[in-house]
Amino acid sequence: MSANRSLDDRVLSIRDLNISFDTASGTVHAIRGVRMDLFRGETIAVVGESGSGKSVTVKTIMGILANNGHIDSGSINYTFINEKGEKETVDMTKLSQKEIRYRFCGKHIAMVFQDPMTSLDPTMTVGKQIMEGMILHLNLSRSEAKKRAIDLLARVGIENPEKRFNEYPHQLSGGMRQRVVIAIALACEPDILICDEPTTALDVTIQAKILELIKEIQAESHFAVIYITHDLGVVAKVADYVDVMYAGRIIEKGDIDEIFYDPRHPYTWGLLASMPDTDTDSTRLFAIPGTPPNLLEKITGDAFAPRNPFAMKIDYMAEPPMFDVGGKHRVASWLCDPRAPKVEMPDQLKDRMEKMRKEGILE
Amino acid sequence: MNIDKTKEPLLHVEGLKQHFRTSSRYVTKAVDGISFDIWAGETYGLVGESGSGKSTTGRAIIRLYDPTAGKIIFDGHDISGKMAKEDEKYLRTNMQMIFQDPMACLNPRKKVKEIIAQGLEIHRLYTDQADLDQKVNAIIEKVGLSPEHATRYPHQFSGGQRQRIGIARALVMNPRLVIADEAISALDVSIQAQVVNLMKDLQDELGTTYLFIAHDLSMVKYISDRIGVMHLGHIVETGTTDEIFENPVHPYTRSLLSAIPRPNPRVEKKRIALEYNKEKEGVDYTQGHLHQLTDTHAVLATDGEFKVWSKEHSY
Ligand SMILES: Nc1ncnc2c1ncn2[C@@H]1O[C@H](COP(=O)(O)OP(=O)(O)OP(=O)(O)O)[C@@H](O)[C@H]1O
Ligand SMILES: Nc1ncnc2c1ncn2[C@@H]1O[C@H](COP(=O)(O)OP(=O)(O)OP(=O)(O)O)[C@@H](O)[C@H]1O
Ligand SMILES: [Mg+2]
Ligand SMILES: [Mg+2]
Repeated sequence: MSANRSLDDRVLSIRDLNISFDTASGTVHAIRGVRMDLFRGETIAVVGESGSGKSVTVKTIMGILANNGHIDSGSINYTFINEKGEKETVDMTKLSQKEIRYRFCGKHIAMVFQDPMTSLDPTMTVGKQIMEGMILHLNLSRSEAKKRAIDLLARVGIENPEKRFNEYPHQLSGGMRQRVVIAIALACEPDILICDEPTTALDVTIQAKILELIKEIQAESHFAVIYITHDLGVVAKVADYVDVMYAGRIIEKGDIDEIFYDPRHPYTWGLLASMPDTDTDSTRLFAIPGTPPNLLEKITGDAFAPRNPFAMKIDYMAEPPMFDVGGKHRVASWLCDPRAPKVEMPDQLKDRMEKMRKEGILE
Repeated sequence: MNIDKTKEPLLHVEGLKQHFRTSSRYVTKAVDGISFDIWAGETYGLVGESGSGKSTTGRAIIRLYDPTAGKIIFDGHDISGKMAKEDEKYLRTNMQMIFQDPMACLNPRKKVKEIIAQGLEIHRLYTDQADLDQKVNAIIEKVGLSPEHATRYPHQFSGGQRQRIGIARALVMNPRLVIADEAISALDVSIQAQVVNLMKDLQDELGTTYLFIAHDLSMVKYISDRIGVMHLGHIVETGTTDEIFENPVHPYTRSLLSAIPRPNPRVEKKRIALEYNKEKEGVDYTQGHLHQLTDTHAVLATDGEFKVWSKEHSY
């Protein structure tokens, strides 16, 4: 990955995105001012608490928003090479869902959803489902498409691909379904591949294989990848950059080393500390105390303050801006204000960081 | 947790087979003759690669399928074959499953509180409406959801929130045995920790027993007392958590352990996992039998394989 991203290579730029949902108990402010950039050939990982807005953000890129949801403000600019071979930028928030589906889904932007059954058609064989997009977008003949579909099934690690080609989703195990969805996404060589928890149902061996396959194809065709995952092992393996979300905002971002070896936001500390570690033997896992804020209510100040052992008065009064802490590293926490007292990450985490750093250098 | 192994196991599975006919010529042997016991108050982890038959095992035990062969005894009730009415009722109220694919098992037209209350209602496991509400609200909070979530529909949730609805629905029944199929894999680590701690608390309080199916070995290590490693429909190795992690004997177990991702980018970007290929190594599971290494640790192997594999070990 090149150290400097050139604006020419920017494929996606999200600014001040605000999204809310109407529910029986009121309006849920799910996304509160998200800003995100994505460049050709790179991989970013979006991590964060369950319900923090990761899936809603990326689904909006694809033009998928539940009926009770609305975009209150913001833009999602996508830059691509159009049918005439010219560079074009469109604001996805200004297009209709139908238009996005028709012009972009599958072909330019492909997504692997969190719940594989929701994106597979139970009445159609998996082979047909993989071929569909190739015939439509790449103008392949049926026999060419079939050949590639079987090849893709084999590459995502499905044994007996010829036989599986003719099976229906319910005849496959959970992990196989997930791999079929990945094969469908890769089939049309998109510019942007969005993977929402792509490997949660996969055992570690297959997981490694899939991640390597995506990397391999990415190296050939330079598409950009957004991974949403809670598995920090996956992040460590694939990501160039990491965005950490909390309560509808990105609260820390940076390159992979900055986030893993020098995290600054107390939420990120908690996240890294709650990882189970096969090298230690404590019997209880660390969980960040408290609960996420109620998104039905207006949040004043830093949304993480009530759970932050280091919270200051200002945290309850004003929302922190994104502080530039050097390099590509940005942190939305008042602790990074020069006037704030210096606080250190918890000892347990510090020890782990130290150990990781050593391991990384020694190996 | 005290586990009394002099008692009968809570769940006894013997020679369980579950085959599916997928075409006129082809039968998938998803589960092909497995045996294991789980004692009350214990957590048995079932791990293994995708397609190895873990979910099928769980679904066969809770009788979503009619097993092809084998015996399943649950707390003294024979639940294999055609069940007596009373055995079936015992099964439905005392065994619950948390499913891998949460969306596929949540009725999209029902509100969350209705989904969670359903089991209690069907089996009349409450005294009055107030008791029912109290039970439902308590479990909603315990799995880390908030009260205002109770009136939403399943599609109005994030993936992890949805998975917790499935967990709440199973745990609200206070079952003796919970089959948790990848129950926490869509949760972020902090919520995972919260749910795992909740499961452990229930176990301490009520002696709940778990069959914990997962691919995430670090989480399995945390939660399990004993582990069974499944591959292609067979349990190839079983032992206490320590035995499996400290002294894996079967080459499949060893390759699985070597693939655990580490949350350390500088290590992870370079690491390559050990490969295991049953054909290349010439292993045929139907030829092997269980070799005991200790009272608790056993491996599926032929005599020849056992000799070679156990040589590298310290027993
Ligand atoms: N249709 C909807 N109606 C109401 N609220 C919704 C709807 N869809 C999502 N939400 C809420 O928006 C918030 C963000 O959801 P999102 O799915 O983006 O979370 P996430 O970060 O992907 O979490 P997870 O890791 O659990 O998948 C959640 O609090 C969720 O409950
Ligand atoms: N209803 C069915 N009809 C036909 N074949 C099936 C059926 N259910 C499962 N299978 C097959 O049985 C095998 C085992 O599937 P199972 O779902 O038990 O795997 P698993 O270990 O849970 O895998 P994963 O980790 O991917 O969820 C697979 O080859 C699968 O294709
Ligand atoms: Mg999600
Ligand atoms: Mg499964």
